[in-house]
Amino acid sequence: MNLTPSLEMAKATHTGMVRSHNEDSIATDPQIGLAVLADGMGGYNAGEVASGIATALISSETREALARHAPHELDKTSGSPLATRLLREIIARANTSIFQSANSQPQYAGMGTTLVVTLLCNNQITVAHIGDSRCYRFRGVKLQQITRDHSLRQEQIDSGLLTKEAAKRSQNKNLVTRALGIEPEVEAEIRTYPAQTGDIYLLCSDGLNDMVDDEDIEMTLAAIGSNLPLAADQLVQMANDNGGRDNVSVVLIRVKKDFPADEGLWAKFLSWF
Amino acid sequence: MAKLILSLDGQVIKEFTLTKERSTIGRKPHNDIQIDNLAVSGEHAIIMTILNDSFLEDLGSTNGTLVNGQPVKKHFLQNNDVVEIGKYKLKYVNEAPATMGQSEFEKTMVLRAPAAGSKAETKAPTDTQNNVPQAAKLSDTVINAQAAPAAPDAPKPAPSPAPAPAAAAPAATVMPGGQGTIQILSGPNAGKELPLLKPLTTLGKPGVQVAVIAKRPQGYFITHVEGATFPVVNGKALDAQAHQLNDHDIIELARVKMEFFLKS
Repeated sequence: MNLTPSLEMAKATHTGMVRSHNEDSIATDPQIGLAVLADGMGGYNAGEVASGIATALISSETREALARHAPHELDKTSGSPLATRLLREIIARANTSIFQSANSQPQYAGMGTTLVVTLLCNNQITVAHIGDSRCYRFRGVKLQQITRDHSLRQEQIDSGLLTKEAAKRSQNKNLVTRALGIEPEVEAEIRTYPAQTGDIYLLCSDGLNDMVDDEDIEMTLAAIGSNLPLAADQLVQMANDNGGRDNVSVVLIRVKKDFPADEGLWAKFLSWF
Repeated sequence: MAKLILSLDGQVIKEFTLTKERSTIGRKPHNDIQIDNLAVSGEHAIIMTILNDSFLEDLGSTNGTLVNGQPVKKHFLQNNDVVEIGKYKLKYVNEAPATMGQSEFEKTMVLRAPAAGSKAETKAPTDTQNNVPQAAKLSDTVINAQAAPAAPDAPKPAPSPAPAPAAAAPAATVMPGGQGTIQILSGPNAGKELPLLKPLTTLGKPGVQVAVIAKRPQGYFITHVEGATFPVVNGKALDAQAHQLNDHDIIELARVKMEFFLKS
């Protein structure tokens, strides 16, 4: 099922004003409702390799898997939509692939990447993430962060050690507690939410949300969200105008109209059992 | 590595490097930072250090602990904070980012758990006082730090009277050459002035023609957002690219003429 009539996607990535190269990697496929963003880490160019493997592998494997199954089918064992299991398995394979490269090639030792993936189907969005790359939802006039960072800072906020305000002054920034490709196994946090017409989803690396306040992101989407590519460029530009201390990447997804799954055949098929 | 410089009446007595996760301050000799003075309680305060951040907690001392002149129970220490215990002063110095190199320091790093596969997400207990934090269990509450004094909010300019959909504006930076302003020259609002205070100000009619003016460190830039026709600046239609505005440029948008100027 082609989702292009229902979904519009725009993306932008930039090295920033300080770093010598871009270790972020992004991929979008509006046809299957997939967006992937990864923020790599590791010495020399290993970070780019890790994030590159993640986006390439997840895009191609998701495309293949969706050719075989509809993502809204229910998984017989868990009862949740197949999208969840699909993403979990594909992310696990990406983890293995990065971990093995890191362990077999000395120049890639220790490389890893954060990850945020969204898969839209049947008027729902499934969001998987690892680390501190985020997904936000802009609905109506409000921007809301729908992923919770796997980071030291977030844990300290959750435990009450730091207030959100104090966290901005913490020296312990950019310490993630989970990453893809660092350990033999990793657990992605995967959640599914109902999507509505008019929603704009923002995937971003910490280069955006560390440099641009949520209020300014919200204001940008409210002001120029009608022009998605311009809004993506504007967000990157704001991060750079504020210092651009890190690579900055954004993916924007707009739900133009609803996208119910083609239930007809499946409903008939399932009713036989 | 953060350190504390102990002084009395302006005379430096000793320096302590905060290497331990838990450093105790008090009169009794077993303290990491011993201050042998009767105004200091036996166990007066502790400092919890988690990687590059340190938190001070008064342990219910008789004479209390001040930070920058204010009594505190719990406090998130910031570089150059002065902790006062009795007549003694402890200056907190933490310049880690500068010495480590800003760009290197800000690189994302993984905090690795010692045991692989410990996927259990430890739920943070809320009242533990004496847990020694380990990298793997950092979610344990060490100190329920109540808000360190909140950073003063950046001054926000007064809301613009213009019906632009833009929301909050960050601190108004002084722009070189003056504050960018739009004056409407034609139509029912002719004569009205619209100061460009926000990072983004949209102009025009949604669904018909909209342009945005972005306020950037380099100046003001106008970009087409939506609509079949593009804004016209000084008689020339723009393309999809951002166009830098100069003083006294004339903009035509949704059949309204306006002038951009820099107000000093």
